[in-house]
Amino acid sequence: MSNTDSYNSEQNLTQAGGDRSLSLFEKIWEKHIVKTIDGGPSVFYIDKHFIHEVTSPQAFKGLEKRGLKVFRPNQVVATADHNVPTLNQHLPIVEELSRIQVQTLTENCKKFGIELYGLGHPYQGIVHIIGPELGVTQPGMTIVCGDSHTSTHGAFGTIAFGIGTSEVEMVLATQCLMQSKPKLMRINVEGQLNKGVVSKDIILYIISKISASGATGYAVEYAGSAIRSLSMEARMTICNMSIEMGARCGMIAPDETTFKYMKGRKFAPQGEAWDKAMAYWKTLHSDEGAMFDKELYIKAEDIEPMITYGTNPGMGIGITGHVPELNEISTEDKPSFVKSLHYMGIEPGTTMKGKKVDYVFIGSCTNARIEDLKMVAGFVKGKKKAKDVEVWIVPGSKQVEKQAVEEGINKIFEEAGFLLRQPGCSACLGMNEDKIPAGKYCISTSNRNFEGRQGPNARTFLASPLTAAAAAITGEVCDVRELLAN
Amino acid sequence: MGVFSTIEEEKKKQLNTAKFQSERKVILSAAVPIELENIDTDQIIPARFLKATTREGFGKNLFRDWRYENNDENKPVKDFALNNTIYSGRLLVAGKNFGCGSSREHAAWAIKDYGFDAVVSSFFADIFKNNALNNFLLPVQVSDAFLGKIFEAINKNPGTELEINLEEQYIKITSTGEQENFDINKYKKTCLLNGYDDIDYLLSMKNEIEEFEKQPTH
Repeated sequence: MSNTDSYNSEQNLTQAGGDRSLSLFEKIWEKHIVKTIDGGPSVFYIDKHFIHEVTSPQAFKGLEKRGLKVFRPNQVVATADHNVPTLNQHLPIVEELSRIQVQTLTENCKKFGIELYGLGHPYQGIVHIIGPELGVTQPGMTIVCGDSHTSTHGAFGTIAFGIGTSEVEMVLATQCLMQSKPKLMRINVEGQLNKGVVSKDIILYIISKISASGATGYAVEYAGSAIRSLSMEARMTICNMSIEMGARCGMIAPDETTFKYMKGRKFAPQGEAWDKAMAYWKTLHSDEGAMFDKELYIKAEDIEPMITYGTNPGMGIGITGHVPELNEISTEDKPSFVKSLHYMGIEPGTTMKGKKVDYVFIGSCTNARIEDLKMVAGFVKGKKKAKDVEVWIVPGSKQVEKQAVEEGINKIFEEAGFLLRQPGCSACLGMNEDKIPAGKYCISTSNRNFEGRQGPNARTFLASPLTAAAAAITGEVCDVRELLAN
Repeated sequence: MGVFSTIEEEKKKQLNTAKFQSERKVILSAAVPIELENIDTDQIIPARFLKATTREGFGKNLFRDWRYENNDENKPVKDFALNNTIYSGRLLVAGKNFGCGSSREHAAWAIKDYGFDAVVSSFFADIFKNNALNNFLLPVQVSDAFLGKIFEAINKNPGTELEINLEEQYIKITSTGEQENFDINKYKKTCLLNGYDDIDYLLSMKNEIEEFEKQPTH
């Protein structure tokens, strides 16, 4: 780990152009500054704005109150995901408040001329899954959404971050936000991943090392050979959880893997426009000599399959490790640590292996893409779930669901005793009826193990799809490597 | 529940004058302490209460699952700070990394709606901080040491008043006279002191934004 303190962001801002070495972040940032206020934030231009039913209604109300239109409706894409049922989506939503919220989104999109991929639409799904899937997300863009996991889109070399509802209103009204330039951090992961270790383990490992607030105030670029070797979907999992260490955004420079993924997607540029875009996209990487306020180095081979034991995503350990002892925790951190373990019903100093699980949730914007489902299917094929475990597979989008059916993955799940539901955010945040009952343990591929996140008094272990699938079969937290064929 | 709802109604009335108008440049108030770190926005307002389509009324579910046993409004958790009658006031004081997690602005709305005008902590999560500022809820970031002193003073005397002066950017523990300066972006300070919001400013930039869109490099 090394710090670089000589970097001066103010100076860089005023020196745009010329021969200086720029980071990926700076290249995109500078192209989107409309104006910088003296000693203050900048007016920052947003290329794409995703909206959903939960954090947009008050923003539209605000617009109406001010008598405003949506400034650039063609740059806004809407879907219903946070609050939708994941069974019987063809029927009207039973819960009244949820139904009203989804209807309000539909009405607002109609009134303000915004494209909506609502329930029943073949493109509907979790907002951070459909953006990349449709090719709406493209390298070099600035992207926002009223959802903290907007950092997902950074996997394409974009500046993408979550915003509050007042900011949703600002972007609807002006396509701009007031933004201060964050500090820059680069996290380099070098080397080869161990067997049974996937991208979710990389990000859980990083957060466990730098804590749930370790990147607050920073834009994080992930680099290094281990990152380069990942598929686009795996990269999205990493960028997705950048917010769990407080980062403003997470990003990865686009490369051949990115371009191959983009090519031919619904809204990706085509023909001449593609060539032009490619020429630009290829410039999107941190120059040699680019300066970072902080740079971390991680060896891929140090990473084991990860599991969390506490109530924030920084409270994670390798599967063969143990929960910290009380004397390993600083005095000021102790009250939170004790409260957290009490909530989880876990003793300090114990191992996580062998902890019984009641539910397995495979889904969310972190891990509900087709590769995640394939990874799970590949592992469970021919196996049966443990008797007392309930397993929910919630695909990230209608397209993921469709592909799962076309490729027969749904059959593998059925035979294993898993329930394939319909797309939505589901038990990641327990906003709809997909809640984990009080006191029960759920091993989850989602992104947050906060108290009550998956339902009041529900207890969450965060893990990779592979580790979650292994728990579904054995009924307890286990080391997936012991179950993998050599 | 009866007592609590009356308190909440009272607090809501105060809220109608929520912006930091001239008489609000200084907040002098006792504080409610929650001595925990990493308080995330799911604790501040759980997702199941995000189904409203308006900004009002979130205060009654502020810290819902810490405040009530088994989600039952008739069973307040007695020693939780919001229910503990020895604490009162318009200031919330909490451990570091306050407001981490979800971007839900409902968290700032809930704190404001409950009747708080400022949150004091040694570290705020980015998105929460922006949301708070956009709702004229002042995030006051102090050093770990000073935060410790505030908790200590409140533990000694729960009625301890804190003075927050936005104009001069300091926070003072009135009982001991100890004070510390806090940072706030100059632009945001002007907004808070004058009741401006970012949309007002951005709308005034419309022509420049349209010009920017025409640039070939964009």
